Amino acid sequence: MSAKTKTSIHQTDQALGRLAKRKAKENRFRYAGIAAVVIAMAMLGWLVVSLVGTGYTAFFQHYLTITVTLNESDLDPHGARNADQLRKANYRKVIQQALYSRFPDVTDRRGKRSLFQVVSASGATNQVRQMVYQDPDLVGREITITVPTSDDVDQLLKGHIDRNAPEDLRKVSNQQIEWVDQLVASGELTSNFNWRFLTATDSRDPELAGIAGAVVGSAMALGVAFLLSVPVGVGAAVYLEEFAPKNRLTDFIEININNLAAVPSIVFGLLGLAVFLNFFGLPRSAPLVGGMVLGLMTLPTIIIATRSALRAVSPSIVDGALSLGASHTQAVFHHKVPLAASGILTGSIIGMAQALGETAPLLMIGMVAFVTEIPTSIMEPASALPVQIFLWSDSAERAWAERTSAAIIVLLVVLLSMNAIAIFLRSRLERRW
Amino acid sequence: MSALKTNHLGHPRSMFDTGKVIDMKATTSEANTARVKFKCRNVEVFYSGKRALHGVNMDVPDSGVTALIGPSGCGKSTFLRVFNRMNDTIPNARVAGQILMDGQDIYGRDVDPVLLRARVGMVFQKPNPFPKSIFDNVAYGPRIHGLAPRKNDLDNIVEKSLMRAGLWNEVKDRLKEPGTGLSGGQQQRLVIARAIAVSPEVILMDEPASALDPIATAKLEELIDELKEKYCILIVTHSMAQAARVSQKTAFFHLGDLVEYDDTQAIFTNPKDQRTQDYITGRTG
Repeated sequence: MSAKTKTSIHQTDQALGRLAKRKAKENRFRYAGIAAVVIAMAMLGWLVVSLVGTGYTAFFQHYLTITVTLNESDLDPHGARNADQLRKANYRKVIQQALYSRFPDVTDRRGKRSLFQVVSASGATNQVRQMVYQDPDLVGREITITVPTSDDVDQLLKGHIDRNAPEDLRKVSNQQIEWVDQLVASGELTSNFNWRFLTATDSRDPELAGIAGAVVGSAMALGVAFLLSVPVGVGAAVYLEEFAPKNRLTDFIEININNLAAVPSIVFGLLGLAVFLNFFGLPRSAPLVGGMVLGLMTLPTIIIATRSALRAVSPSIVDGALSLGASHTQAVFHHKVPLAASGILTGSIIGMAQALGETAPLLMIGMVAFVTEIPTSIMEPASALPVQIFLWSDSAERAWAERTSAAIIVLLVVLLSMNAIAIFLRSRLERRW
Repeated sequence: MSALKTNHLGHPRSMFDTGKVIDMKATTSEANTARVKFKCRNVEVFYSGKRALHGVNMDVPDSGVTALIGPSGCGKSTFLRVFNRMNDTIPNARVAGQILMDGQDIYGRDVDPVLLRARVGMVFQKPNPFPKSIFDNVAYGPRIHGLAPRKNDLDNIVEKSLMRAGLWNEVKDRLKEPGTGLSGGQQQRLVIARAIAVSPEVILMDEPASALDPIATAKLEELIDELKEKYCILIVTHSMAQAARVSQKTAFFHLGDLVEYDDTQAIFTNPKDQRTQDYITGRTG
């Protein structure tokens, strides 16, 4: 090329320098984005790993298989097999004697007490009581039962109690460790899947506690919340979006709905306390009230989601319907609402998932009670899953830690399934045009 | 020139009126024989108080195709939407003046826009089939108006409408498939079939070919040519060639005014107004 050839200003060294700078800038932005994603994923991963790491052991529990003798003279001295008598009988003694005969060389009072602490005192006695009560023919016989060990033994075997720590700094004595090791070696003490955790209700003893009561309470409250907030929320949104005149009043309502979405959940709890409990006199701790409070809390979320779903429907579809002589109401209900259905559903499910994880408002209306029965109606006292987690996290024994994590795992699994359902429904219902 | 003071109905004319009365009698003899479908007198449209259409006076014949042409923003689409009161759906839009359809004021108190729109169908710029099956698209109108009490009637209406829209042979084996799965040209013909299915008297078309390729456009124009035998058609178009091909009457709009309205042939060969001439020769617009 001759020196006279004109070079474009985009081919000079300065231009190439500028281009390189621009590319470097764009690359920096890309790396920053990747870094942000990595940090977010790392935090999420950390959360999951730590939860599963501490929680998974709660799904297993150590059980002792032991042969007990149901002496008629101890349990039913009159031989009447009277239900009341069978219920009141001293089953603790049955377990104790079974343990003493398993370890006959334990004779002193302290040793005996210490030996009995290996099994779950109330768990074992209640289990035998229940068996005899249901089948009085067992009296006078020798039966083999499998009972949960005490939470301390369970924790020891799960490695949560340090065997090498000085004896007076740990909850399990050297002698107890010796017995436990013997029982494990002989195969009498084994680890099994902890069905009780999923089927039992709350208990003072961690080895007996389960989440069933809380799950049922949560499900009931959520059902009430759904029935209250979805019809009301969707109805209000459709009316506000499609039929309400646009004036100062509706503007005011819209602003307030948006404000309501930002109100802290505990305020809804106070509202429930003041209105539902104190004014209407509804029962405390009931899933009905909990559900109504959660429903109120979810209402603005559903209204906002529904309105934006309606707004996202292409106006050309509505124009098409109107141009055929459909009335405005027909255009809305034949075309707009069906096309917005997936968005409405997704919004509702996400609102419900939010409500499921909500703790604060339930504390205010008394759903924080210690409830040992699975509620059978929405008027009975109940607990809820997040409240159960809150209660357990506050308890002292080492065994509660893993149960708290396990309950959180269950809650997260339920939440993730709800979100998965939302995604599935969205992809199924979404119609493109 | 008493027409400047009042129109033939005795309504006072707007002070913004351009002073032009396009009189059907002044045009060709063909126009004299055609019945008038719409009599528009001093039609004005306001969007949020801003006047988009300046007192249009125009008589639309009962038969044939009437084309509305003009540069973007001239008010031709706004004017088209006056005929089926689609402007009612736009918030803050207001229509003034008088539009008589077969002598009846369509903006009168006793006229329900829902029934008016059943008589005056519309086809939009972008094909907008419902995200439903081809059958349901066509059947929607008859269903909401209760035109087909029996399933059999509905099948007949759907078949006849699709045939008339020249789509039957292409879709008869897949009526259950979504209408949105058709090609652009087919979608536009589906939308025409949907409009025909409610037996309208008039079909409004708002740039119906602007999203179509030349082959689909040719098919659509052929269809319009056939439909004009049964329906009064008003078409807004950006393409002057299209207006020349499909229409019998043409109205040229400019900046909200109806500048010139005449037989299509007259407009394209011998425009009276300088603005019309500039536009059709490509000097403006």
